[in-house]
Amino acid sequence: MQIDLAVKDISKTFDDFMAVDNVSFEVADGSFFSILGPSGCGKTTLLRMIAGLTEPTAGTIEIRGKSMLGIPPNKRPVNLIFQHLALFPMMNVGENIAFGLKRRGDSKAVINEKVATILERVDLIGFGDKKVDQLSGGQKQRVAIARCLVLEPAVLLLDEPLGALDLKLREQMKVELKKLQAKVGTTFVYITHDQSEALVMSDHVAVMNQGVFEQIDTPQNLYNSPDTPFVAQFVGDNNTWSGRIRQCDQKTAEIETTDGRVFRTQIRQQLQPGDEVDLFLRPEAMLIQPDAGLANLNRFEVIVKDLLFDGANSRLLAHPLDADTELLIALPQTHQYDYIQKNDKIEIGWDEQSGICFLRKENQD
Amino acid sequence: MLKGQKRWGLFFFLAPVVLWLFVMIVLPHIDLLIMSFRIENDEGQQIWSLKNYLNFFEEPIYWLTFARTAIYSILVTFLTFVIALPVAFYITKVVKPKYQGFLLVLLLLPFWVSELVRVYGWMILLRESGVINHFLLKAGLLKQPIEMLYRDSTMILGLVYTSMLFMVVPIISVLDSLDNSLIEAAYDLGANMWTILFKIIIPHATPGIVSGSIVVFMLTLGNYLTPNLMGGKNSLWFTEQIYNQFIASFNWNQGSAFGFLLLVLSSIVVWLGLKLTRQNLKKVVQ
Amino acid sequence: MIRTLPTSKTYNRCFKLYIVFYFFFLFAPLFVTCVLAFNDSQFPSLPWKGFTLEWFTANLPQRVGIFNDQINLDSIWVSFRVAFFVTLLSLAVGTCASFLFEQEDFRFKQGLYFLMLAPLVVPGVILGISILLFSNTLGTHFETSWNLDVELFRPGFWLVVLGQFSFIATLVTLVVSARLRKFDRTLEEAAMNLGANRFEVIWHITLKFLRPALIGAGAVAFLMSFENFNTTLFLVGYEATLPINLYLQVRDGSTPVINAISFLLIVGTSLLALLNLYFSRKSK
Repeated sequence: MQIDLAVKDISKTFDDFMAVDNVSFEVADGSFFSILGPSGCGKTTLLRMIAGLTEPTAGTIEIRGKSMLGIPPNKRPVNLIFQHLALFPMMNVGENIAFGLKRRGDSKAVINEKVATILERVDLIGFGDKKVDQLSGGQKQRVAIARCLVLEPAVLLLDEPLGALDLKLREQMKVELKKLQAKVGTTFVYITHDQSEALVMSDHVAVMNQGVFEQIDTPQNLYNSPDTPFVAQFVGDNNTWSGRIRQCDQKTAEIETTDGRVFRTQIRQQLQPGDEVDLFLRPEAMLIQPDAGLANLNRFEVIVKDLLFDGANSRLLAHPLDADTELLIALPQTHQYDYIQKNDKIEIGWDEQSGICFLRKENQD
Repeated sequence: MLKGQKRWGLFFFLAPVVLWLFVMIVLPHIDLLIMSFRIENDEGQQIWSLKNYLNFFEEPIYWLTFARTAIYSILVTFLTFVIALPVAFYITKVVKPKYQGFLLVLLLLPFWVSELVRVYGWMILLRESGVINHFLLKAGLLKQPIEMLYRDSTMILGLVYTSMLFMVVPIISVLDSLDNSLIEAAYDLGANMWTILFKIIIPHATPGIVSGSIVVFMLTLGNYLTPNLMGGKNSLWFTEQIYNQFIASFNWNQGSAFGFLLLVLSSIVVWLGLKLTRQNLKKVVQ
Repeated sequence: MIRTLPTSKTYNRCFKLYIVFYFFFLFAPLFVTCVLAFNDSQFPSLPWKGFTLEWFTANLPQRVGIFNDQINLDSIWVSFRVAFFVTLLSLAVGTCASFLFEQEDFRFKQGLYFLMLAPLVVPGVILGISILLFSNTLGTHFETSWNLDVELFRPGFWLVVLGQFSFIATLVTLVVSARLRKFDRTLEEAAMNLGANRFEVIWHITLKFLRPALIGAGAVAFLMSFENFNTTLFLVGYEATLPINLYLQVRDGSTPVINAISFLLIVGTSLLALLNLYFSRKSK
């Protein structure tokens, strides 16, 4: 498979602040690649370096095998969709889309044809003469995308373009964007702080934190087997316990938590008895009132503090008996658990294969 | 709310404003217009006549000065714009934010000082015994001191200098509202510096440029001090003609006609400027 | 190109050089004027003949320093008085106009608004002559009809005040309106709801909110008046304001006393400008 974008050991320092720290990755032709991270993690800087809007302090960027070092943004085969889209208010939709083509020196006939084609592709037929401020949020989005796609870039960069939209539209655009990408087949590099956007749309996601990539993987793997505590916490919800290893072998460990419980869990890291660890557990990994016959379950009792109804995403807020650790427990809306009330005492169980265990950060340093 | 109270409120605000605008602005200008159509006959009585306007067209010195003033004012406005745009751009978009406030203060400071003092400064710089001549002579670049004052070019220099603020400030305020990502987006889509300047920056800055240009043009056209002190005997400015009629010849009727012509000229150019750039005065003022 | 983008060194250097030249151009005349105020020479020109304060303090037959120069001192005093009254009058009427255009609704509002803007596009010289004409017309009328000789209608102190007021009030209106537009009118409604009437609301709530704008507009009005030349030229009587007085001296040949006055003006206005800036920053 052809590699469209290859970033090698790239770094960017602002004064004495390391925004991007030695990041490397490759994006295959036609794939949807996301960079997910909290605000201020350096993802925008990284994207701007790929676009050429910021100069890297060190490292190389190659697009389709060609080094981009020293090539200004207006000569690079990549285009960027800005966070607030940056549609030109002094031009109409058609002129916005034709802007890049004109700069390239295409003939008028070619420009007109290409603009018409791309407008059709993003479902905006007949919008060419509209003013930018006459468009709805979703339409602006599509114009911004059309304005870049019409140039047929090797890579399309997107800087949180859905951030400004309201929730409903954002959900809709997520799906639309994914479909559009599949249709045009252009390589997308998408940055966002919204994990759901990244997980839904991407073929691969890189999780970025404080200037470094913590993990590059498929959405499924990120969720199910995070490489680092940060990924475990940042991607999806997780309950956390601190504890100490009592005993362990290659695959499993017995952990005594600070609130005095003992759990068995799988481990993927070499650990020693006595190590301080953090244990992560997804809300949906916890089963409510599990069948007594199920083996390999860690069982304990909790008090229900509150019911957080949120449709398919409903949870129980609970704490273990005689401990104040707060736990989020998935509450499937199957009417099976409708009897649960506030202050009820219920049993919870989780499979030892669902636990994710990491050595505590302090011990690593 | 009480209706009576509301009406009183309106009246309270309206009365002084109406008094101001009618007594100080409207009536004086009507008087100006009337006076310009009257002359004094041999018996010393005021009678209606078009003679003041006929004089203007028949006497080349009058209409030549008028045309000169108009053309030079447009030239000054354009030069001011060309010089001011990069300065405004530098301050809003290029310089590090921490120096921005300082530069802005530095930029405004000279304009708080009286125009007279500024013109005087240029005079002692430029005249035959002036500072520039002194240095040029010392450096051996000149053998004889040259008179740099009292030329059209120095007069234009002075007018541009005097008007600069009124161009820079509105352009700074519009450029301030220009989103940097528009420039970056254009750059990303393949535009070079000049395209960005003409397709993005100038179209965005148009309201500021228009309001700056209107004020600069108007101030230049109506300027008396700078052309009088920096221009030579041959660099007659139309305001000087008005002054001569009023103060020297004491022909107020003729002076009124000149004044009215200048007013019409400035209104036409301002109106044309607004029309051509599809702006309106209210928007421009704000 | 802009600070967020990578730019070539040449571009940056050229741009910086341009800005340095620009500021040099801006400050050269002021700087030279100030320096030559301290030159021990009969003329405001080089060569440098040594430092002296005589152009400020001397009282000799051949050199009269500004502090002993009665004519110039008088004109400064006239300018102060004119500026004081113009500021007062413009603030009062300009504030009324702001309330009128921002908060009231009436027929012909749009038309009156454009009329209010007119002084911005009428050259100062025209304003001066038309007010001169009109006051003269009124004066003649009063004299022939009622045999009254009204001082106000002759060129002089009060006509200068009125002439300057006629356009400075527009500037005040614009500055105050801009601030008034940002005023949250629910505060007024809350105050009325608590029992205040319209004027109590304006006095206790709105004017307090407008204070920074009023101070700023007042400072601008004062300076504009203090420095006005074009309009004043036609309305001035025997009491010359400072700019008129300086103009007459500069036209007929200059002495370093003018530099000394200019120096004081530059220092004084800079201080006022910085003070104004400081207060407007603080109010934000």
